[in-house]
Amino acid sequence: MANFNLKINGKTQQLDVDPTTPMLWVLRDHLKLVGTKYGCGISQCGACTIHLGDNAVRSCQLPVSAVGNQEITTIEGLSENGDHPVQLAWMEEDVYQCGYCQAGQIMNASAFLKKNPNPTDEEIEGAMNGNICRCGTYLRIKKAIKTAANSKIA
Amino acid sequence: MTLIKTQYNRRSFIKVSAAAGGGMLIGFSWLNGCKPNTPEPEAGVAMPKEWFEINGYIKIGDTGMVTIYSPNPEIGQNVRTSMPMIVAEELDVPWENVVVEQAPLNTGWYQNQFAGGSLSIRLSWNALRMAGATGRRMLLEAAAKEWGVQLSDLTASNGVIKENVGERTVTYGEIASKAVGIEVPKEVELKGIKDFKLIGSSIKNVDGKKIVTGQPLFGLDFHRDGMHLAMIQHPPAFGMTVKDFNEAEIKSMPGVKDAFIVDTTVEEPGGFDEKGFKQLIAIVGESTWQLMQAKKALKANWETTGELESSEIHVKRLEKALVSGEVQESRRDGNPEAAFKKAAKIIERTYSAPFIAHNTLEPMNFFANVTEDSAELIGPTQTPEALEGSVAKLLNLPLENVTVNMTRIGGGFGRRLYVHFGVEAAAISKKIGAPVKLIYSREDDMTQGTYRPTYRSVYKAGLDENNNLIAFTVKGAGLPEGPVFPNRFPAGAVENYSAEKIKAPTNVTTGAWRAPRSNFTAGAEQAFLDEVAEDAGKDPIDFRLELFDRAIKDPVGEKHEYEAERYAGVLKLVKEKADWGTTKPNVHRGVAAYFCHSTYVAEVFDMVLNNGQPIVEKVWCAVDCGIVVNRDAAKNMIQGGVIDGIGHSMYSQLTFENGAPKQMNFDKYQLIRHSQAPKEIEVFFVENEIDPTGLGEPGLPPAIGALANALYKATGQRHYHQPFVTEKQVVG
Repeated sequence: MANFNLKINGKTQQLDVDPTTPMLWVLRDHLKLVGTKYGCGISQCGACTIHLGDNAVRSCQLPVSAVGNQEITTIEGLSENGDHPVQLAWMEEDVYQCGYCQAGQIMNASAFLKKNPNPTDEEIEGAMNGNICRCGTYLRIKKAIKTAANSKIA
Repeated sequence: MTLIKTQYNRRSFIKVSAAAGGGMLIGFSWLNGCKPNTPEPEAGVAMPKEWFEINGYIKIGDTGMVTIYSPNPEIGQNVRTSMPMIVAEELDVPWENVVVEQAPLNTGWYQNQFAGGSLSIRLSWNALRMAGATGRRMLLEAAAKEWGVQLSDLTASNGVIKENVGERTVTYGEIASKAVGIEVPKEVELKGIKDFKLIGSSIKNVDGKKIVTGQPLFGLDFHRDGMHLAMIQHPPAFGMTVKDFNEAEIKSMPGVKDAFIVDTTVEEPGGFDEKGFKQLIAIVGESTWQLMQAKKALKANWETTGELESSEIHVKRLEKALVSGEVQESRRDGNPEAAFKKAAKIIERTYSAPFIAHNTLEPMNFFANVTEDSAELIGPTQTPEALEGSVAKLLNLPLENVTVNMTRIGGGFGRRLYVHFGVEAAAISKKIGAPVKLIYSREDDMTQGTYRPTYRSVYKAGLDENNNLIAFTVKGAGLPEGPVFPNRFPAGAVENYSAEKIKAPTNVTTGAWRAPRSNFTAGAEQAFLDEVAEDAGKDPIDFRLELFDRAIKDPVGEKHEYEAERYAGVLKLVKEKADWGTTKPNVHRGVAAYFCHSTYVAEVFDMVLNNGQPIVEKVWCAVDCGIVVNRDAAKNMIQGGVIDGIGHSMYSQLTFENGAPKQMNFDKYQLIRHSQAPKEIEVFFVENEIDPTGLGEPGLPPAIGALANALYKATGQRHYHQPFVTEKQVVG
């Protein structure tokens, strides 16, 4: 066990945890931030995507000991009131079916749009290929990303 | 308006009405612990001080806020929005005033609380309308009584009751307290279909905001103070059982509270209580990561008690079954053998598909809190009633001492019809004497069983010298059940016809997987008909319409399960929408139509080759599912079905070696991804006034046929064996 001070969603969180623990389980089990989802545990599905600084990362492969001083943002901290342009676009396009993968999709899409505010369809597909949606909402996800991009505030 | 007797559902209304006034009957919100109901902040009216139970589906607050209980499990088919829409329609209340809550399992109040067979809306259509209409009628009666006027002097609309002649108005919220004592009417008037305001419109998912902000909604998100976490390890292969394991070592690991073998065997299992493995190693602790480490450190002795099957064995068994297997069900019209003898052309083709896993993105999990005389279960189940029964049986408890509450479910596809993971959670909770949440790892989930069976079918057709289809036969075998519906199309459309459904044994456990059997049959049959049409020199849509014409005018045999006019209807609609018959350079088209879950779907695929890679540019879907309840969400269902159909027929398979699945996670098991989905899917509905039928499943089966037929046009290769990608094709 070891002590960590983590910056998560703008707050500092102190915890004593096995240093090999992936951030996914630190968030879910220790901090009760369960918006970040477990899907595969081997970075194949993208359900556990969070932001480490400005980058989208798979939290199932990120040991807590590797975080250091970097800021972590989870779906719960993406916006104050669920009004991030990507979240608004997701609601506008009524994207989800079961909804389980969508937090990961949104976290990946929001990091991507920050780097590429006006993506082509191919760029969207390339960026989102690591996020599985078992229900098959891919077309709506793509549309929502374009809607968010067009809102010019992403 | 339609008059409808309330008798059918009267028991529930009486029960609730009798108890009403006694306070909050079914108002609770378990996912937020013990907090009182927290309505959506977006609700168009203020939070009420007092609530009034109208019936098991409806609670009205003094401000006019209406809570509608959604009875069925939500697996992504959007019933938590569409079922309350139906109640709100007949109650005639503005949607902004409505908040939706998940009802608990309550067999006294609700019927058919399950998510399966695309049946939620179909089976509850009348009950939901009646619930709303009864509520509206009771509010009207309360107002009539209050003002001393006749019921016929009043109308109710948009949450307000008005005098037809006169000035007085009263809102539902203001009169709700008086409606509680009103006797449940013996019959109520339902709205005319033409008067629907909500039904047929597009209402956004009621959980949308919670989904995009990561609120705890799913079973895996459930937490209660004092609960433990548990993981299981099942034997690595079908045909193996657990003997013992390094218990002392595991128990000494950090964060492990207990480890033991749990036995979930019951003498006479009820429905949906199939189990891949009855004895499992259970490890209990406080954090998922520590449990995962303990699982890795397991050293177990497994005993081989049955055959360790391989994919080679499976293929041989299916081939043998097609020759000499046991026929489960069959049909025969005319004399196919004689017809084949005089046929000018005979076409015979074999199709196959592998075992596949459901792979819901939320792995199996369940919360259980078992005491000496009760069991409380909370989690993702498609069949809460079956779970209640199985837990009662395992723990030897009376049914009424078992409660089941449903979380939002991270994907179902049939997987969570089976209750073993809830039963396992109950067994573990009983053993440790404390509440526990059981969590499957992805590997546990993918290797536990309950797969879509593997199938193999032989189709044979005979054409006469004028290219008329004079004989059609199908023999289909599956492990363990055959993929044949003897009375479905083309039964009734061909003079000489036979269909045989053949079973063969396996110890790999199987279960219903989205559109059971249809998910294979449609692809095989529709690809075969495409080939037959080509050999007959006919357009594939015209060829099918010719067959439907025969089934309409002069049906062959005793019965067929489909309505040929509606079947032909979706083909004609998709033909028109896709502008079938026109050609575009380098665009290759495939078509298919299928009927299942009482719904008709026809699809046209446009495919292009990009650097030799086939890409689905556009899909047109024509759907006849009767009345459409929530239009845009219905389109979402069909679009998802198309993508699911492409994904699984193209990429997915589970293969076996020594009884063990060779794919355990998404590195080896391929699911369709963003770049492999079609670029566009348009959905068109046939407008009619038929009661709504299934939507969750019917979009998937024809996609496989249309994909196979478009692939042929694009590449010149016919694809007979799924996944098609192993035949050297990649959609991307």
